[in-house]
Amino acid sequence: MRARSIRGTGGAAAAIAIAVAASACSAPGDGSAGGAKDSAVVGIAYEPDTLSPLLGYGKDGNSKIFDGLLTHDADMKLRPALAADLPKVADDGKTYTYKLREGVKFSDGKPFSAKDVVFTYETILDKKTNNASKTELDAVKSVEAKGDDTVVFHLKYPYAPFAERTVLPIAPEHIAGKQDVNTGAFTTKPVGTGPYELVKWSRGEKLTFKANPGYWGGAPKIKNFTMAIIKDDDVRATRLDAGELDGAILPPNLAKKYEDDGGKKTYAAKTFDYRVVTLPTGNKVAGDTDIRRALDVGVNRKAMVDSILDGAGKEAYGPVPTDSPWFTKGTERKFDAGKAKKILDQAGWKPGKDGIREKDGVRAAFPLWYLSGDKLRQDHALAYASDAKKLGIKVEVQSGTWEVIEPRMPKDAVLAGGGSPADPDFDQYTLLKSSLAGDGFNNMAHYDNKKVDEALEDARKSGDHAKRQVAYDTIQRELVKNPGYTFLTHIDHLYVVDKRFGDLSTQVEPHDHGLASGPWWNVEDWQPAK
Amino acid sequence: MARLVGRRALFAVPVLLVVTFGVFAIAAASPFDPVKAYAGTAGLTASQDNLDQLRANLGVDRPLAARWWEWLTSALTGDLGDSSTLRQPVADVIGERVGWSVLLAATAFLVAILLGTALGVLAARRPGGWLDRAVTSLAYTLEAAPPFWLGLLAVWLFALKLGVLPSGGLTDTASSAVTAGQVATHLVLPAGVLAISQLPWFVLYVRQGVGDALGDDPVRGARARGLAERTVLLGHALRSGMLPVLTLIGSRVPELITGALLVETVFSWPGIAAATVQAATSVDFPLLAALTALATAAVLLGNLVADLLYGLADPRVGFDG
Repeated sequence: MRARSIRGTGGAAAAIAIAVAASACSAPGDGSAGGAKDSAVVGIAYEPDTLSPLLGYGKDGNSKIFDGLLTHDADMKLRPALAADLPKVADDGKTYTYKLREGVKFSDGKPFSAKDVVFTYETILDKKTNNASKTELDAVKSVEAKGDDTVVFHLKYPYAPFAERTVLPIAPEHIAGKQDVNTGAFTTKPVGTGPYELVKWSRGEKLTFKANPGYWGGAPKIKNFTMAIIKDDDVRATRLDAGELDGAILPPNLAKKYEDDGGKKTYAAKTFDYRVVTLPTGNKVAGDTDIRRALDVGVNRKAMVDSILDGAGKEAYGPVPTDSPWFTKGTERKFDAGKAKKILDQAGWKPGKDGIREKDGVRAAFPLWYLSGDKLRQDHALAYASDAKKLGIKVEVQSGTWEVIEPRMPKDAVLAGGGSPADPDFDQYTLLKSSLAGDGFNNMAHYDNKKVDEALEDARKSGDHAKRQVAYDTIQRELVKNPGYTFLTHIDHLYVVDKRFGDLSTQVEPHDHGLASGPWWNVEDWQPAK
Repeated sequence: MARLVGRRALFAVPVLLVVTFGVFAIAAASPFDPVKAYAGTAGLTASQDNLDQLRANLGVDRPLAARWWEWLTSALTGDLGDSSTLRQPVADVIGERVGWSVLLAATAFLVAILLGTALGVLAARRPGGWLDRAVTSLAYTLEAAPPFWLGLLAVWLFALKLGVLPSGGLTDTASSAVTAGQVATHLVLPAGVLAISQLPWFVLYVRQGVGDALGDDPVRGARARGLAERTVLLGHALRSGMLPVLTLIGSRVPELITGALLVETVFSWPGIAAATVQAATSVDFPLLAALTALATAAVLLGNLVADLLYGLADPRVGFDG
């Protein structure tokens, strides 16, 4: 009797376990074999926190599931997407009017209209929405729908680069508007107007997409697209070798071995992704203009590009890369240790007993923090310290998490990174504007320069390209005279992709990479070999 | 029996209260900032206003006792709250993942028990024989090997060198469908590693238990009556030798849970492990508390089941003792 009841209990328990396991298998039924001609699998290093544009997903464009009013082409020029044309700017740059494309539908079949645009922007700007990037829309005063096909943005102040912000993806009001914006199902099961529909997001494992047959831009040739999330660089390379992946982002040392691979092609995407040392104004040494100028000419950027980046990158003299049209020619700083020493000698920084310079009893030493675990930043920090040491400046390299580093930012130097290619305003205003000093992670160096402040305002107010160029030239020249940062390198992002997809292109990429950029930035246009 | 269950259930209440409060206290004392964890890279360009607003919305600056009490009271009404890092209700996070963890752990546990019993019986049959020595020394070696290390070794051997089994994930990378066949092949390595890491304890307990039982009077009597060796071994010795193993089943549950966390990480198994790690490093209070409560409940339940089984298998052991 008893033995039987044991068996009964055990059986029931097993049945429950199996039922629980089975109920978790909630994947749809259409299976697609790997390696098919019309499918692509790529390996990326980062996973998005959310797929809801209302919480910040795809804010820089290229979200695959969604479209913005505008989008970027390969040269990062703005092109209409959900808007029919580029916006009409009026009222001295304070009003932006977008006429919308007709006949666009969300992938659930419901039509897209102006109210979805208004809903998206108003929800993001809502205080209750946990969107960490909403600062980027600070200029917006209100968004207004005029009929079904026109949207008007009213700005608080003239803001020339505003159109660049409208690549932000548009969410459907009829779905996202009916649930909790911060945690609703829409954050993991998004519906948009984009070229692909999300099939499944298996957290920590992969994102699978299928082509949206009703896409307004034409149905993509690549029918199935998978992004496998593989955090470890070596594992990603191994799975690329094993044929599980068609393409992947790789660090320079691992990408190297595919150079002679007949079946794969390596792409080096140019970027705005810089590595920089902040020289905080609040530090007696790092805040000293002569020290700043000496470091600016006394660090060997070329050596960093060659040794740390294996040549995949270029020297940086400011947030604007040297090959950008916004770069001011003639502001390149040649590596010249002799000149750097002369600057220090003339300023009265005299070498002390141990070779470290001193002036008025202050030792030329300051700490430099980098984010622990980031090998690239560590390498940059150590190279910087070793170059500085040759000039007689002691840079003490230390590592920590942001929680440790942040309170020290007003006094200690930090090896930081960033970069946003869409408009020079995006990087420079937040890096250099004195009123933003210490505001979150903005202006980490507490840089304070009146001329730069004025030029920053001029540059964002004027819609005239020539006037803006003059303002940015002023800023870049000021940075030579009084650098608040030592910009070190701009880093290429390397991708290896199977040759069967033909010749692909890359965009100029921002600091963040892997998900929205890479050769698959336009996967909807790929033409796989038959 | 009912009284035992009832008493254990009553005992579970204060344990769960203490454990969840402990989680809140430890998380509150950790140096990680939940707002930074939430904002991620976007936080590096956000204004202080924006960050302050997030802090207020997430409610992370309120006293920990108040937060714990709110979490507890709403959890009792069935609302586990929302996970800040995964931007999903906690119930959804657990619902999506716990099934896969249960599948992994249950498969591994079953394999470990079956294989452990078989090896243990074989070893006990000829104590000191070559098989006994081989099995025992292997068991001691495995006892010292951490599961993640075994996992990496298995990936290296079966996925990279031999190429016979997939290295990770629930299904093939290119596939969007979850089929039983795919899950089965992807389950082999993680479940195998987890089973192997649990195996030594079962082998050693069964070997000891059966070995002792073989020397007992009833078994010697059975042999003397001329019963077949098979019947003696399985019918008599194993039956009484298995008793300590029943206790072991309960006490192995905690290790099974921690082992599963490590194994899931190595094999990108979409169970609750990744969520647990993420919840801990991003100070995601509601998720962390729910997962900890779940693990605690599993351990308490494991002990209860072991005691019940023991009582049922050996009538001399009362349920109220």
